[in-house]
Amino acid sequence: MNEMNSAARTARAGTSADRDVIAVDRLSLTYGAKDTGVLALSDISFSIANGEFISIVGPSGCGKSTLLKILAGLLPPTEGQATLNGTAIRGARRDIGVVFQTPVLFPWRTVLGNVLLPADVQKLDKEKMRKRAMDLIRLVGLEGFENRYPRELSGGMQQRVGIIRALIHDPAILLMDEPFGALDAMTRETMNVELQRIWMESGKTILFITHSTSEAVYLADRVIVMTARPGKIGDVFKVDLPRPRPLEVMNTEAFGAYVKRIRVALNADGGLD
Amino acid sequence: MGSAKNFALRLLLIAAVLVVWEVLVRLTGVPEYILPAPLRIFTAMYNGIKTNVYPEHFMVTLTETLLGFLVGTILAFILGTIVALSRKVEYFLYPFIVMFQAMPKVALAPLIIVWFGLGLTSKVINAALVAFFPLMVNTIVGLRSAEEDRINLMRSLAASRTQIFFMLQLPNALPYIFAGLEIAMIFALIGAIVAEFVGAEKGLGMLIQAMNFNMDVAGQFSILLILSLLGLCLNGIVTLARRRLLFWETVNTGEETANSSEKGGKA
Repeated sequence: MNEMNSAARTARAGTSADRDVIAVDRLSLTYGAKDTGVLALSDISFSIANGEFISIVGPSGCGKSTLLKILAGLLPPTEGQATLNGTAIRGARRDIGVVFQTPVLFPWRTVLGNVLLPADVQKLDKEKMRKRAMDLIRLVGLEGFENRYPRELSGGMQQRVGIIRALIHDPAILLMDEPFGALDAMTRETMNVELQRIWMESGKTILFITHSTSEAVYLADRVIVMTARPGKIGDVFKVDLPRPRPLEVMNTEAFGAYVKRIRVALNADGGLD
Repeated sequence: MGSAKNFALRLLLIAAVLVVWEVLVRLTGVPEYILPAPLRIFTAMYNGIKTNVYPEHFMVTLTETLLGFLVGTILAFILGTIVALSRKVEYFLYPFIVMFQAMPKVALAPLIIVWFGLGLTSKVINAALVAFFPLMVNTIVGLRSAEEDRINLMRSLAASRTQIFFMLQLPNALPYIFAGLEIAMIFALIGAIVAEFVGAEKGLGMLIQAMNFNMDVAGQFSILLILSLLGLCLNGIVTLARRRLLFWETVNTGEETANSSEKGGKA
């Protein structure tokens, strides 16, 4: 029964299976002992095509962050596996970029130094990376700030640094865990526009976790709804809105319809907390 | 707060306290061997400087303090790092650490004099022992204080343990380590002086003891003054080094040093 379910979901979710960057296959995670522990993720299967923008929405505690940790190689799954470009994710690897809920900048490094952190860790070519870092800093409008320290920047600017840091080593996929959750509503919308632009210009594959349905619809090609206890994949919605999407798209009927359908799907599963 | 006017008021207040002290001593006729008046203390100091008694003892105490500080803090940093990085080591060392930490280290001074003699060695060891704990505790706390997200970031980049230590944990621990060093510096001075009280041939502590026997209270006060100035300078050196190294703490902001209020250890 489960097998069939997940097979059906994979079929529904995977649109271009030949160029999948990420394939998640019957992934489960239990905290604690296998029989007595808490089942956090159950039978998760989906795939992400190259260059695709995927949003995952779900109530708090549905295991979205846990899923992201598995994909980042920070947590081994109990069952099943996730593959990135054909090789299984076992432990941290160098072709993944992660953006966390907070900017997670090092206060003793300048903006440039923070962006270069992955390059320093992975001992990449210094001159080349420096040039690339400056390009990225320009991409997010932070030129002139490269020698400033994080505490001199606003929250939105800090998170921009966090995003381009995840891009510096040219990862195959960008994993974003509610990156704008800590920002105020105005800044958050600006950052959404910004992220769409970065995504379109860099051509990166992005997995974006959020609990805002409108943010999910605005950004994503497909929205995956997760349900809680245990975390499972619910419905998957393909968002057919032309790109680039201006913020005004949020006022359109089509946009509203997507948000409504996703809310209904979430509520059917117990709703947002 | 730090305006020129307030600074002048500060000096004025100090002067006022000295004047009141002087007048009270004269009016009440408190004998000099109980509480000497400020003028007497300054005279004693002047005589001491003129007869050149201070420099030799000062240098001895300074040497003991600095050597004790160096030995104590280097060992504390090494042991603290090992404990912070290895839960196993921590588990087995924990009983010893707790026991030593609860003990007033200065109480060991008589034993240390018996073991290592009246010379420099016993003073350095005592100073090192007293300076050791505040830094070790702060090193452990500091190295463990790295946020989980920061560790996860490093891990997600496939950073090695060595890289995580040098690129994240160590710089992250520096505010704690410097707070520990500031305490350790003053503690080293305490350790040296106490050891000199118990048994020494030279040093400012020994000098205080000798003056006490001669009821030269004004002389003792003059040395207390020298010791406070010494402590102030030693502390100033550490603070200066801290400002230099922890540049990011003071970048373009007010005095936000939340981390630095972390204190550890007991004398």
